[in-house]
Amino acid sequence: MFNSKQINKLAISFIYAIAIIVALILLFLVSNILINGIPEISWKFIASPSKTFEAGGGISVQLFNTIYLLILSMIISIPIALGAAIYLNEYAPKNDFISVLKTAIEVLSSLPSIVVGLFGFMFFVLKFNFGFSILSGSIALTFFNLPLLTRSIENSLAAIPNLQREAGAALGISRFETVIHVILPAALPSIITGIVLASGRVLGEAAALIFTAGQSSPNLDWLNLNPFSPHSPINPMRPAETLAVHIWKINSEATIPDATKISAGSSAVLLILVFIFNFLARYLGNKIYKKMTAGK
Amino acid sequence: MVSRNKIVESIKNEVEIEKYVINLSSKHQRAIETKDLTISYNGKKNALNKTNLAFETNKITSLIGASGSGKSTFLRSLNLIHGENTLIGGQILYHGVNINDPSIDKFEVRRRIGMVFQRPNPFAKSIYNNITFALTQRAKYTKNQLDEIVESSLKQAALWDQVKDELNKSALSLSGGQQQRLVIARALALKPDILLLDEPASALDPKSTMQVEETMVNLKKDYTIIVVTHNMQQAARVSDYTAFFHMGNVIEYDLTRKIFTRPKVKLTSDYVAGNFG
Ligand SMILES: Nc1ncnc2c1ncn2[C@@H]1O[C@H](COP(=O)(O)OP(=O)(O)OP(=O)(O)O)[C@@H](O)[C@H]1O
Ligand SMILES: [Mg+2]
Repeated sequence: MFNSKQINKLAISFIYAIAIIVALILLFLVSNILINGIPEISWKFIASPSKTFEAGGGISVQLFNTIYLLILSMIISIPIALGAAIYLNEYAPKNDFISVLKTAIEVLSSLPSIVVGLFGFMFFVLKFNFGFSILSGSIALTFFNLPLLTRSIENSLAAIPNLQREAGAALGISRFETVIHVILPAALPSIITGIVLASGRVLGEAAALIFTAGQSSPNLDWLNLNPFSPHSPINPMRPAETLAVHIWKINSEATIPDATKISAGSSAVLLILVFIFNFLARYLGNKIYKKMTAGK
Repeated sequence: MVSRNKIVESIKNEVEIEKYVINLSSKHQRAIETKDLTISYNGKKNALNKTNLAFETNKITSLIGASGSGKSTFLRSLNLIHGENTLIGGQILYHGVNINDPSIDKFEVRRRIGMVFQRPNPFAKSIYNNITFALTQRAKYTKNQLDEIVESSLKQAALWDQVKDELNKSALSLSGGQQQRLVIARALALKPDILLLDEPASALDPKSTMQVEETMVNLKKDYTIIVVTHNMQQAARVSDYTAFFHMGNVIEYDLTRKIFTRPKVKLTSDYVAGNFG
């Protein structure tokens, strides 16, 4: 009926069609969010605090909280994930215990975030008495993040050929030095990709934060840099509503009249934030990579 | 029962295998020497049986033999780079010291006995840093000292003229033959006295192969070289001694010209003539 050339052509057009559909859906989504959201964005919107009952509130506090939580959770999770991944890929023996461990990490990475949130609530908010706080939130985000981050760094390391490790060994360099100075730099671009993906998940996460970082923020005094003051922006023990949680809240409670406009604006800001973060991380990563590996 | 059978079998093996292995006379200086070296992986059957080989200083020795005959196994044991699943019995005498001993610092041994593998494995770093990396991990050097070492090792590896103007370029942008010579230069920078090469030219085109061979011959005056090769012409061209490996045994070890003109053991002449392997 068909010869293999025709079948090949057919298959290729089919695959192209699917790729175009995916690209179109993505384009539609992004442009929709930006077209609806950008008109709502103004300096006042970004720089003023939100209002509870009237229209015209901003998102300054939520925006700050989002970035602060992202940074804090990354500061906690990147070193742990890096250490775990280095152990698993470079040192762990190939035995049953390690393979069970790897499976467990895989299972954890598909844990629903609401479950992570509830666990964080019971454990950190109540048991450890951290309350609804940035600390509880960033620990919950770390739990949410670690499995995937560990997996992706592990894969990045595994992609570096064994020739490089052998080269280190043949020069009398210890495994650890080889990993730090040769393997990690070579794997950096791919590790950065993993971190960017994880950050995207964190930026958009609401369910894990509702019960841990809370749904409200105190009035912040931007000039108060005493980390123990309840009104200081950098106090890790204060509750902190993020942008994603804010969007969820104003839409489910509907106490402000312009909830639709504010969520449209917030969504666009969130999206732009993801872009900026993505760009920054890749730019910095690339610079370090070039410096350590002489480009290529 | 089982264990008795095993013993009978191994005795039979030793009796049946015909070997001819020269021992260097006392007027030849020995760079490294093995005594009853026996190696097995994961406790399985020996990959190498009681091997006694002495290598003369400032000479090139070729290790030849069919695939799986134990050449790499032997070579890798000499600078202690074997994996953890490897069990090594017997002695490796280096400057009169048995380095097959847990008390030996294997990192130090590997710096003194350099190794180059079949596939070129430069680090994903600049040409310059490829050479200086292992040095600076161990000690402090001034920029001048490093520059000097980089230049002299690249010159020894016959690569200097081709790369002297682009030392900051990534090593991965070099051709395969250049990469292999960079890897040799990198090993030389550590000032080893022995260089082990495991099929260093088998992944290279004929021209690069010739360059690597020339490099080896030039290095002979300063280093002892042991090279595994599947290329009979190469072994005949570059080496002073040749050892023929077969199924974990050294069947014949002699001057290269004797191995290739009148080998003492039939197995060797069959292999050298290309009748098997
Ligand atoms: N890391 C290892 N683990 C287990 N067995 C191994 C390992 N390396 C080699 N062997 C086995 O030891 C024997 C000798 O292998 P070796 O690599 O020394 O041969 P070779 O002479 O270098 O062969 P080739 O010419 O193909 O490189 C083979 O039977 C091989 O399967
Ligand atoms: Mg081999």
